[in-house]
Amino acid sequence: MVALALPAGPGLTARSAAGPARESGVSLDAGLDGTLAAAMAAAQAGDGEAYRRLLRACLPVVAGMARAQGVRPDAVDDVVQDVLLTIHRARATYDPGRPFLPWLRAITQRRAIDGMRRAGRRPREVHDPIAYEAEADGGPAPGAGLEARDRARVLARAVAALPEGQRQAVEHLALGERSLDEAAELTGRSKGALKVNLHRALKALRRTLGRDGPEADRGAGDGADARGRGTHDV
Amino acid sequence: MRGDEEHTMSERARLRPDDDRVHDDLVEALAGDLRPVRRLPSPGLRALIWCAAALGAGLALMPFADLEALHLRMAVPDLRYAALGALLTALTATVAAFQTSVPGRSLRWTLLPVAPAALWVSASGLGCLRGVTVPGAAPPEAGGCFAFLLGVSLPLSLALVWMLRRACPLRPNLTAALAGLAAAAAAAVLLVPFHPHDATAADLALHGVAVLLVIGVNGLAGGRLLTRGS
Repeated sequence: MVALALPAGPGLTARSAAGPARESGVSLDAGLDGTLAAAMAAAQAGDGEAYRRLLRACLPVVAGMARAQGVRPDAVDDVVQDVLLTIHRARATYDPGRPFLPWLRAITQRRAIDGMRRAGRRPREVHDPIAYEAEADGGPAPGAGLEARDRARVLARAVAALPEGQRQAVEHLALGERSLDEAAELTGRSKGALKVNLHRALKALRRTLGRDGPEADRGAGDGADARGRGTHDV
Repeated sequence: MRGDEEHTMSERARLRPDDDRVHDDLVEALAGDLRPVRRLPSPGLRALIWCAAALGAGLALMPFADLEALHLRMAVPDLRYAALGALLTALTATVAAFQTSVPGRSLRWTLLPVAPAALWVSASGLGCLRGVTVPGAAPPEAGGCFAFLLGVSLPLSLALVWMLRRACPLRPNLTAALAGLAAAAAAAVLLVPFHPHDATAADLALHGVAVLLVIGVNGLAGGRLLTRGS
């Protein structure tokens, strides 16, 4: 039976996982390696107790190697289990004349890469708590009706402020969509006068409504100005 | 001594982080039904065993070969070097396949067959050039060679993959592709005593296709077989 006199603790894991190039604790690793190699040789001969101790001693070493390989903390246990199974299947390939840790490291690195590939292929759930709130609504924006009503009120006030002839031209020709003949008949004005009045009315409205915000309202109330700026009825 | 050891173990169990305890069931299951295993011979020795088996197959075929024609062909340098290149490729690729089937062995073993394979391909290419420049060369019957290469590669590949399965290839596709190269090169060596003519362009192309086919099929199918084994 092989006894494993292993120093327990995190220092063992970190140093063993560091790789051959950075093994500053050579004596510790050499001691560990020799012990593990002897345990594996005993396990090959069928010593279950030595094998149990060997596998338990490998757990922190393998976990450290897997973390050093970039395995996520929540996936380390899966990699460790894969490595234990591979150790079991591959135990006949271990040559006790060679160091144990490079053999273990090769298995761990491969199983860690396999684990990361599996994790990469698995569809991941995307957590986005504000996805619903961030989704654009296809319907009218809140307040769109109020804005439309405001615009209609401002337009009605601006039209009402126009001189009589221009107001009639806008109401019949633009808003009522009547023909020149119909409008001329209804208002008793000539078609030419209606055209000139419509032209002047649109010019006055453009000037009045072209201003932004509250000025538009104020401008709508300034309809009298239009009369004073040479936009008389024809 | 026994008491001290148990004390040390219990101390270690107490110090063990909780993470390690989640694996206790698996450790117990694996250690519980542990059976003794026969240690695998070294990769070099196993490679030698397979090469000896392939050589035996070649010797078994020798009574059907035209040895006089073989002697004449081996007097031509490029044919001689092509055969030598194929032989060395078979040997080195076999060693590389067995080395990569054992965990912890260097991946640089995969480079071992590169130089022999270069010799094999370049010498075959020279023979092909000579066939183009020399007028009156009889058109080859390459179909027979193609079938020979595939037919001989198949049992050699199966035997090699079966032997490799006993190990634990951590890169099964790479190991299987090396096995394919070894089998194809060995088949090319075994073809030499039966090859009735020099290599020509079509001949060489067909040989190349056969070799690549064997390597590719091994890499895919053999890789899967070896994955189950690992």
